[in-house]
Amino acid sequence: MDLIDDDGATNTPEYTVSELSGAVKRTIEGEFGFVRVKGEVGRVSRPRSGHVYLDLKDDRAVIAGVMWKGVAARLQTQPEEGMEVVATGRLTTFPGQSKYQIVIDDIRPAGMGALMAMLEKRKAALQAEGLFDPARKKKLPYLPDIIGVVTSPSGAVIRDILHRLRDRFPRKVLIWPVAVQGAACAPEVARAIAGFNALGPGGALPRPDLIIVARGGGSVEDLWGFNEEVVARAAANSTIPLISAVGHETDTTLIDFVSDMRAPTPTAAAELAVPVRMELLSFVAEAGARMTRAMGQRLEMRGQRLRDLSRALPRPEDLVEGPRQRLDVLGDRLPGALRRMVDRQRLRLSEQAGSLRPSVLRRAIAAEQARMADRASRLSPALTRRVQAERQGFDRLAARLTLRAAMREMQAGRDRLATLSRRLDEAQRARVTGLRGTLEALDRLRETLGYRETLRRGYAVVRGDGQVVTTRGQAEAAHGLEIEFADGRLKLGGGGARKPAKPAKPPEQGSLF
Amino acid sequence: MSETAVSEMSFEQAMAELEQVVGQLERGDVALEESIKLYERGAELRKRCDQKLKEAEEKVAAITLDAEGTPTGTKPVEGL
Repeated sequence: MDLIDDDGATNTPEYTVSELSGAVKRTIEGEFGFVRVKGEVGRVSRPRSGHVYLDLKDDRAVIAGVMWKGVAARLQTQPEEGMEVVATGRLTTFPGQSKYQIVIDDIRPAGMGALMAMLEKRKAALQAEGLFDPARKKKLPYLPDIIGVVTSPSGAVIRDILHRLRDRFPRKVLIWPVAVQGAACAPEVARAIAGFNALGPGGALPRPDLIIVARGGGSVEDLWGFNEEVVARAAANSTIPLISAVGHETDTTLIDFVSDMRAPTPTAAAELAVPVRMELLSFVAEAGARMTRAMGQRLEMRGQRLRDLSRALPRPEDLVEGPRQRLDVLGDRLPGALRRMVDRQRLRLSEQAGSLRPSVLRRAIAAEQARMADRASRLSPALTRRVQAERQGFDRLAARLTLRAAMREMQAGRDRLATLSRRLDEAQRARVTGLRGTLEALDRLRETLGYRETLRRGYAVVRGDGQVVTTRGQAEAAHGLEIEFADGRLKLGGGGARKPAKPAKPPEQGSLF
Repeated sequence: MSETAVSEMSFEQAMAELEQVVGQLERGDVALEESIKLYERGAELRKRCDQKLKEAEEKVAAITLDAEGTPTGTKPVEGL
């Protein structure tokens, strides 16, 4: 039973966690006590402690690494992210976190190729920023008073610089001591350049007018600090003109691209920094001598000319004699000439005065007045004539301009109208007269033809009961008869009174009834 | 010709003007009055140059730094 149910049915020993961790630690540290590993640097962090933490990686794996402060300071090339490196060290484990890491004793670029590729990349970036622009380069002072040198305080470089300065033109030199290789190099150099620039004119330390950053020859790794970006940027930001002199003539580091002047060697930097004093002294002496000589020659020349001119000046007596003689002669002639002159003028005056009588003037005035009066008298009529002429012209035009034609037309119309109306009247009158004549004639005719006229000739009209009676029967039947004569009517029989029916009837007939 | 006060000139300026003054005097094409003024200015310039050239003293000092790398002062450097 026990044998079957026992779940620990193996002979594997049982560890505690610590035991296992300890075993792993021993195994790893024993097996990998000294390794060289090649890889790419990953993330790098540098806390204030001074230790450096970084990752080493390739395309599949990562190993954490640590570099203690002392080791980091000794390094010639500081590891940077992306750099291909070979690291030497040992593996340790970190049991508290189940981790392992490599403790790096040395780390260097994996061959020159890796280093140079990195430098080229950096250079291109800075160039793109315009840090190498020739327009940024400042002119070096001709004769700086104070030269700041950023270099190692001991060694051949500062000595070479000072010697050459002494030969040419001794100057005040301020040395800013820096490490010229190793990890401290780049930050110290950058700080020194910025530090010189930070010095004010009135500060405790004098501000240099020129900076030389110098280092002797060495391997590429030795000079690497001067390839660091922080150094290049500090040099580019320097307002003090800066000469770089790093390594030998054939070595070029990043600072050379941003410095205002690159010197092939530290000695050459000193030569670029100052002129040769002796040459200047002799120039100044020579200039002084030339100036004095030129001035002397000039004065001498003028002095000579003055002497020559003064020799050529005649004696004052010679100048005066001739004129004096002429003066005497003329002085003698003067009174007579004056008299003659007066006589001549008087003669001219009398000649002129003769013709200058008032009458002449008066005549002239009178003539002019007459002319003027004549003109004046002609002036007004002329104007009047002119006005008249113009007015006539105007009137003519105005007359032509009036409604004369229309008036004439109207008058003619009116005349015709009168004529016509007269003719109309006459015609009408004639017609009326004619008609009246006709009417009278007709009336006369009517009268003539009427029965009344017949009455005058002795005929009468008999009416019975209002009707004209033309027959005897009618007259007998009538109740009464009325006979009309030319001078009136006569009734016969009152309501039946018999009357002769006709005047033409024989009266005996009437007497029968 | 600039009229900067000679005493304020840098060595380079003073030298350049001195050269000019000498040239003018040598050409001799200035009036006498003017040439006297030029000569006087030239003498001043020369004095200025000489003075700047006499200031050729060597003094070498190294900056002392504290632990932080901040400059604290200078100490003379000798024997280099």
